[in-house]
Amino acid sequence: MEIKLTVNGTARSDDVEPRLLLVHYLREVCGLRAANVGCDTTSCGACTVLLDGESVKSCTVLAVQANGRSVTTAEGLVAEDGTMSAVQQAFRENHGLQCGFCTPGMVMAATSLLAENPDPTEQQVREGLEGNFCRCTGYHNIVRAVLAAAGKLSGTGASSEASA
Amino acid sequence: MIPAAFDYEVADSAAHALSLLAEHGEDAKLLAGGHSLLPMMKVRLAQPAVLIDIARVGELSGIRSDGGELVIGATTRHADVAGSDLVRAEVPLLAYAAAQVGDPQIRHRGTIGGSLAHADPSADLPMTLLALGGSVEITGPAGVRTVAADDFFVGPFETALSPDELLSAVRVPRGGDVPWGYQKFVRRANDWAIVGVAAYDGRVALASMGGTPLRAIAVEEALRGGASAAEAAAHAADGTSPGYDFHADTEYRKHLARVLTKRALQGETG
Repeated sequence: MEIKLTVNGTARSDDVEPRLLLVHYLREVCGLRAANVGCDTTSCGACTVLLDGESVKSCTVLAVQANGRSVTTAEGLVAEDGTMSAVQQAFRENHGLQCGFCTPGMVMAATSLLAENPDPTEQQVREGLEGNFCRCTGYHNIVRAVLAAAGKLSGTGASSEASA
Repeated sequence: MIPAAFDYEVADSAAHALSLLAEHGEDAKLLAGGHSLLPMMKVRLAQPAVLIDIARVGELSGIRSDGGELVIGATTRHADVAGSDLVRAEVPLLAYAAAQVGDPQIRHRGTIGGSLAHADPSADLPMTLLALGGSVEITGPAGVRTVAADDFFVGPFETALSPDELLSAVRVPRGGDVPWGYQKFVRRANDWAIVGVAAYDGRVALASMGGTPLRAIAVEEALRGGASAAEAAAHAADGTSPGYDFHADTEYRKHLARVLTKRALQGETG
């Protein structure tokens, strides 16, 4: 089946099998390898991408379900001049990663969370990342990074400057 | 994990979905958010020959008032139920329960109709619909019929839906001031309930205490007889036959049912 969709701002058209999962479409057809296949059972969140701006687990979405819609991966958060998004920068500044496998999914889940709730409490960040597992258990710095990104995006910026 | 091959059809109306169901019969499954069906297809527990995508059918989505009830379209997503001002004001138990399903990503995809039609006895929304005394609208070749939650869940992952029918909407009573409570006991983030309890206006429903979501009839009778929450909750496991797994054995589940029912009857959430 032919699908037409926007991936990281670029219009695409591809002929896909209906059973092709969105994460495999992104990785193997589009060549975008940020979204990882972790558990493959809708649990770990490593495959999280944005579908029309909202976080979804791309191991549990068919590529055909994204027909006519807009998909964003972690690659798509980076500006053309290479500038990372506020969330990506905050992960780097706060060392919000250890092995890095969960990081693209964490960044996308955090991006969606902050779009819905620009000024979350620490508890809301922890609950908002409930669908993403870090098996290095590096949660504290991940939560710090998301709070720092929230501060930067809302203009208060205190935590990100402190760590710069 | 890759699903077995299937043909993919996109329905543009409820009538179109029904005609596709009639054409393909039991080989077809309806697809909305796919968050119950696709995981089953990936492990090949389900291998439909045809998927009929109803997610783009506008008439099957949305939330509106109808007299004393709210009517929620089957393909309305958990995030939209949980975030709806109307649901939060008129049926706060349902808004709360929808916010307990899975995690944010799952709530961005999963739908109320899909969760009810999947009929997992440990899931949030089936027990919530039972506690609310709600119903489902089922559209089929002969028209629309309404089935009470009490009659809808007939076995593990089994409902009153026929293969040629479509769960089109969910009806729940409006009652913003009615006392309610909700308890979901889990060991891990975004898990299904080891035991769940939803209480609403003297009705109590249990998750993971049998092959279907269950009414705690003995608790409700005790409450009608004037028992306190603690006295009534002592009957929460009466007549239940919970299973056992690596999370909990049957005695532990019965214990949890009693403890959690007391908390739910006291209006606690958690």
